[in-house]
Amino acid sequence: MTETGFEPKIVAFVCNWCSYVGADIAGSMKLKYTPNVNLIRVMCSGRVDPEFIMEAFRGGADGVMVLGCHPGDCHYIEGNYNTLKRYSMLKPLLDQFNIEQDRLYLDWVSASEGEKFARVMDEMNDRITQLGPLNWDKVIDTRQGGEV
Amino acid sequence: MSDKPKIGIYWCSSCGGCEEAIVDLNETLLDVVAAVDIVFWPVAMDFKYEDVENLEDGELLASFINGAIRLSEQEEIAKLLRRKSQLVFAFGSCAIMGGIPGLANMTNREEVFTRVYKEMESNDNPENTVPQTEILVDGKYNLKLPEFFNSVYPLDQIIPVDYYIPGCAPSPDTIKDAFTAILEGKLPEKGTVLSPNKSMCDTCPRKETKPDKVEIEKFTRPHQYDKLDDGKCFLEAGIICMGPATRGGCGERCINANMPCRGCYGPSNNVKDQGLRMLSVLASIIKSDKEEEIAEVLATLPDLIGPLYMYGLPSSILFHKRIE
Repeated sequence: MTETGFEPKIVAFVCNWCSYVGADIAGSMKLKYTPNVNLIRVMCSGRVDPEFIMEAFRGGADGVMVLGCHPGDCHYIEGNYNTLKRYSMLKPLLDQFNIEQDRLYLDWVSASEGEKFARVMDEMNDRITQLGPLNWDKVIDTRQGGEV
Repeated sequence: MSDKPKIGIYWCSSCGGCEEAIVDLNETLLDVVAAVDIVFWPVAMDFKYEDVENLEDGELLASFINGAIRLSEQEEIAKLLRRKSQLVFAFGSCAIMGGIPGLANMTNREEVFTRVYKEMESNDNPENTVPQTEILVDGKYNLKLPEFFNSVYPLDQIIPVDYYIPGCAPSPDTIKDAFTAILEGKLPEKGTVLSPNKSMCDTCPRKETKPDKVEIEKFTRPHQYDKLDDGKCFLEAGIICMGPATRGGCGERCINANMPCRGCYGPSNNVKDQGLRMLSVLASIIKSDKEEEIAEVLATLPDLIGPLYMYGLPSSILFHKRIE
């Protein structure tokens, strides 16, 4: 709990073959990490449609993470390269919507990297705590723009 | 008054191109007028809002509303027409997705008013007057003006819409098919977009020239490219062509004029966000797997909102830019 009482809501899409197993390892190692991250298992980080990410932001997430296998290790050969390209393109798009680029995070966590898994979760939590809430529902509800 | 079915046509935030498209039906328009009575069409004929208010609820067979919703007046009339009509058709890209006026969701009322009424170089407005919703003139005339909303809305975020006639402007064939379906009672289930549910690429005259795997090393804008008329797939040249993320049925008017698709027919069914779908397409054709090289390719594309959301910003998932 921070001084302001803000607990970020973070959605993490984790790939079935590497990062989700990494989360499992972090668990069996009894590593402690932030409870603010909601994991969603997907078969491949390449399955994460940009729509999922934007839906998460619109639905109230303050940050979104995508975790996949290391480059070259993708179970489906090149899924994570597609993820990297989409992510590189989504960042400037977020910028244009005036969403801080740090709210979206991509990293590679292998099936053996329990420690790294716990670390990136905590680091993300710190970054989003610094940035504060996103509150996209306030952006949607802009009908009454106040006095001009 | 005859007992022909009655229809209404109304425009909101739009350019008038949709009305033009109806007039462009030429002789077909005469067939339409022979079959129905147009009882409300402010652009073309003299009616008052009262005339619509005096109709029974549901008396109109159909209303065709084009343009996005930007003003309280447009919302009011859209709701009035909804009440008086059995069927409401969102007519054209602006009514369906927000259209080009929808790009104003990158800004808000305050920024628009400041630029247009206070900063514009050609202005003569020393008192910095901006539009108000109510004003007392000469101490006795209380004038009311519509409210200018902070955002632009597609029609179906304001009222329930039964059918969608896509396009900027809808092609004569799309309009003709829609009118025929109404008059012959052959409308599909409600909520349908009245155009094929296949991507524009499927019927693109340049389809055959698309290589099995498109790979690009940089993005090019049409004016930077001198072979627009070589008949080859635009994407291969790095030109953003919205074809893969856009519904077909438009008659490929832009492609036949040697210009890439801008996406005016909107996404096909099951795609929520046309811009993001196209972003996926564009990302996947970048010919590199290395972070630095990808960044170099993306540096040739300084603006994403323009090409991806030329017609669809208000119907996108994020809807509006965040303005503190």
